[in-house]
Amino acid sequence: MTALMHTWFMTVRHLRALMRQPWWIAISLVQPITYLLLYGQVFSRIVELPGFHAPNYVTYVTPGIVIMMALFGGGWNGMGIIAEIDRGVMDRFLVAPVSRAAIIAGRLVQMSIITVVQAAMMLGLGWVLGARFEGGFTGLAVLMLCAVLVALPFGALSNAMALVIRRQESVIGASNFILLPMTFLSPVFMAPTLMPRWVQRVSLVNPVAWSVETARSALSAHADWRLIGTRLVWLAALGLASAWLAARAFRSYQKSI
Amino acid sequence: MKELAIEARDLVKTYPGNVRALDELSFAVAGGTIFGLLGPNGAGKSTTVKVLNTLTRPDSGVARVGGLDVIRQPDAVRHAIGSVAQRSGVDVNASGRENLTLQGRFHGLGGAELKTRVASLLDRFLLTPAADREARTYSGGMQRKLDVAMGLIHRPRVLFLDEPTTGLDPEARSDLWKEITRLAHDDGITVLLTTHYLEEADRLAHRLAIVDRGRVVAEGTPDALKGELSGDAVQIELSETPGDSAVAALLSSVRTVHDVTVTGSTVRARADHGGSAVPAMITALEAGGARVSSVRVTRPSLDDVYLRHTGRTFNEADQA
Ligand SMILES: Nc1ncnc2c1ncn2[C@@H]1O[C@H](COP(=O)(O)OP(=O)(O)O)[C@@H](O)[C@H]1O
Ligand SMILES: [Mg+2]
Repeated sequence: MTALMHTWFMTVRHLRALMRQPWWIAISLVQPITYLLLYGQVFSRIVELPGFHAPNYVTYVTPGIVIMMALFGGGWNGMGIIAEIDRGVMDRFLVAPVSRAAIIAGRLVQMSIITVVQAAMMLGLGWVLGARFEGGFTGLAVLMLCAVLVALPFGALSNAMALVIRRQESVIGASNFILLPMTFLSPVFMAPTLMPRWVQRVSLVNPVAWSVETARSALSAHADWRLIGTRLVWLAALGLASAWLAARAFRSYQKSI
Repeated sequence: MKELAIEARDLVKTYPGNVRALDELSFAVAGGTIFGLLGPNGAGKSTTVKVLNTLTRPDSGVARVGGLDVIRQPDAVRHAIGSVAQRSGVDVNASGRENLTLQGRFHGLGGAELKTRVASLLDRFLLTPAADREARTYSGGMQRKLDVAMGLIHRPRVLFLDEPTTGLDPEARSDLWKEITRLAHDDGITVLLTTHYLEEADRLAHRLAIVDRGRVVAEGTPDALKGELSGDAVQIELSETPGDSAVAALLSSVRTVHDVTVTGSTVRARADHGGSAVPAMITALEAGGARVSSVRVTRPSLDDVYLRHTGRTFNEADQA
């Protein structure tokens, strides 16, 4: 109960801080719009390749970009915790009776809220650009869930890494090294059957791929609920494993004070 | 003596790289008093505070705050104490009022009670005009006041202040001194204050412990500590010296002089009556081939206390 309340206090604190940064708001609005317009236009003709089963590329790529943005949002989440350690804000919370779990959980809840809002925005824009989803409301809900379930483990891992490394430069390097390849080794932009064999194999163990496939299936006219169910379970399991790692990283930080 | 508010016994804390930050450090603080931990940079003051405020665990030793064991009852300790770290813990992306309110919520306050408590603390620390501005716009002195206010939100019995005035301008420093004195005198809060300013310890602390290399080397009221040093401090600067040990040997012939330390061209000593010892000292030095360029006689200061107990002057140790 206390942990939940404290998590909410932290969430509000983080949301408020973001709302005070006009540049952050501008960038997080412009970035997904640019991606959608750019990728939607540049690759628009690849749907004509055999193997693509989509009415148009925007319909295909919109859920992909929603997941990509969620992945990046999660992957960069750890940067903030380094800033808070450096500014002494973290230790200030630790000397107060603050629920330890809430310190990380608050960041992740805030990130999830941002992920959902950003996803809704991109879906609206996608619709304007011609994306149509047969899966209806359920499909959209599953997409949101997939986005959150991909943001959470990477958010937790990013925080874990930040708590152990504690240098922004190193975290930037590691995130860059991981996030882009994960996106391109998944069917975010390209139909799985058209990717090289080795990429197809890699994407079997790529959570980004799990989540994009799940979302696309749910958004299509013939949702494969078995696939959706198993992938969601895998994502949830990954989330739990990452949460455990983040908790361990947090304890290692406490030991180092 | 009143009930003990803080007790630290034989605290040991080592950090990786074989850094022994606390080396069997012990002291005790009576309730409602201001206790100073005075020591140069790296002496272990912050580490002591971090052990007592539950931020870190000692390798060994026992510590109680407000009768609560910091290792076994950390959560109860956190409810009972306020703690202001050496570097600010203010969230600069939030306003002063938001910082205080959040801190209050974590201590279980809420509703109208929290609102009035926040408003009265803002008033008390003269932050009301800036209350709804982001704390990043605050001056260093304002942030420090907000820090202290945050530490007081839940009316703690014990307040830790780790180098509260370091980096403040003289005016902000004397403001904060008044406030700290008021906390102990009017509100009955026990304050543990660390500082590396001799003057601050002298002015604020009822009792103080001088910390050096993780140990308490002297403890008492500032006056008692200075009183232990019999006589005046004599400091002589030499323009020519036959060498440290030679100079010390020369002065050993002057009977009213003791506690001689020589470092290069500076000679420090104590004398029962500084004024009358000086001519004899100069005569002895010059006879032995030293040339005296200046002489200073002062009443004992905490710096002398430090020198006496550690063999180094405070400034030498602080720069090391
Ligand atoms: N978190 C830490 N990790 C490693 N070493 C530390 C840490 N905190 C303090 N130390 C070391 O412990 C010693 C005492 O430091 P500290 O308690 O901060 O001294 P003071 O506050 O008196 O300046 C120093 O040598 C310092 O470098
Ligand atoms: Mg310190």
